[in-house]
Amino acid sequence: MTKKLESTLVNMILSLLLISAVMAAALGFVYGVTKGPIEVANKKKEIQAVRDVLPVFDNDPTKDAKLIDGLTFYFGTKEGKTVGCAVKTFTDKGFSGRFDLMVGFKPDGSVNQIVVLDQKETPGLGTKMKEPKFKDPFVGLKISALPSQQVKVKKDGGTIDAITAATITSRAFCDGVQKAYDLYMKNFSSAVADTAAIAKGDVK
Amino acid sequence: MSDLKYFTNGLLKENPLFVLVLGTCPALAVTTAAMNGIGMGAATTFVLVCSNLLIALLKNLIPSKVRIVAFILIIASFVTIVDLVMKAFTPDLYKTLGIFIPLIVVNCIILGRAEAFAQKNSVTRSILDGLGMGIGFTLALTIMGGIREILGNGSIFDIRLVSQDARTILLFILPPGAFLTYGYLIAIMNSVKRKYNI
Repeated sequence: MTKKLESTLVNMILSLLLISAVMAAALGFVYGVTKGPIEVANKKKEIQAVRDVLPVFDNDPTKDAKLIDGLTFYFGTKEGKTVGCAVKTFTDKGFSGRFDLMVGFKPDGSVNQIVVLDQKETPGLGTKMKEPKFKDPFVGLKISALPSQQVKVKKDGGTIDAITAATITSRAFCDGVQKAYDLYMKNFSSAVADTAAIAKGDVK
Repeated sequence: MSDLKYFTNGLLKENPLFVLVLGTCPALAVTTAAMNGIGMGAATTFVLVCSNLLIALLKNLIPSKVRIVAFILIIASFVTIVDLVMKAFTPDLYKTLGIFIPLIVVNCIILGRAEAFAQKNSVTRSILDGLGMGIGFTLALTIMGGIREILGNGSIFDIRLVSQDARTILLFILPPGAFLTYGYLIAIMNSVKRKYNI
């Protein structure tokens, strides 16, 4: 067995330099190998989320997604007609900080479906926001920008049943949905108005 | 095969979680479900085996004054590798384990085994030790996760045992439940060890 290297300055620097260089090379290699699959996985996750919250569409919504104020808007169209808009929104008010939601709006501005993307809420409590029991009241919900009709939990004077022992999460969820709606209306209200008019025309 | 004892050492006699009481932070935090325990355990085992292997190989090249720095450097690199690989190939598991994968870097078991074992022993023994410790840790995490999942959520490996609306002991999913479960498991381990003189 060879003797251990002595702790002289040169030895220490050389040894650390060698280890860093080797490890950096290994990391670079793994990064290169996993870069593709990570992008594919992320893109798949994104499209899957859009698919979950919108009615059936036949375009690639990620292609012309728009990023406004930190929120991403994906428009789904079928045979050239807009079937809805999926908004990737977030809230900073979660029990463990930020979490991301994907909210799908129908052309008339009502909520189609919501899925939770990245979250770090308490398992078994806050994570119940993924379950239909909590989410179902949002489906078909007509949100309004008016303060009195904003989406809120019952405790705050709204209509949503908060999750037991996870009121903060429930509030944050509402906050994220409201944020998505407000920005959607602010930037794309004309699209909503147009389709509403068309819908009216159909009735006539 | 007298070297085999280095492998079995970590399973029961010196189980990292129940006997050495190392790596408690991830153990308390991620064991809300049995599956998380397995994922976390597998990631830790990989890092443990790789870092033990490399440190045992390089032990004569690392001057003792900078050994901790060198160990952390090696461990952190392997953890980043696990992190990237999990992100690429098991995105769902990666999502549930989240921050606790990068935190394997500061897991005491890994640095502890590097310092106490790998830098003094041969490569084969270090690998066996890493495997044993890693599997022992995985088993411990899975048992803890299983108990907490059954009592707190009424399911095991995501298979529901009771109906969705049944009342479960929520406390066990919450942080205090982790401490309770952990305490009882250590007590049971101690009495078992005493009884059979392990």
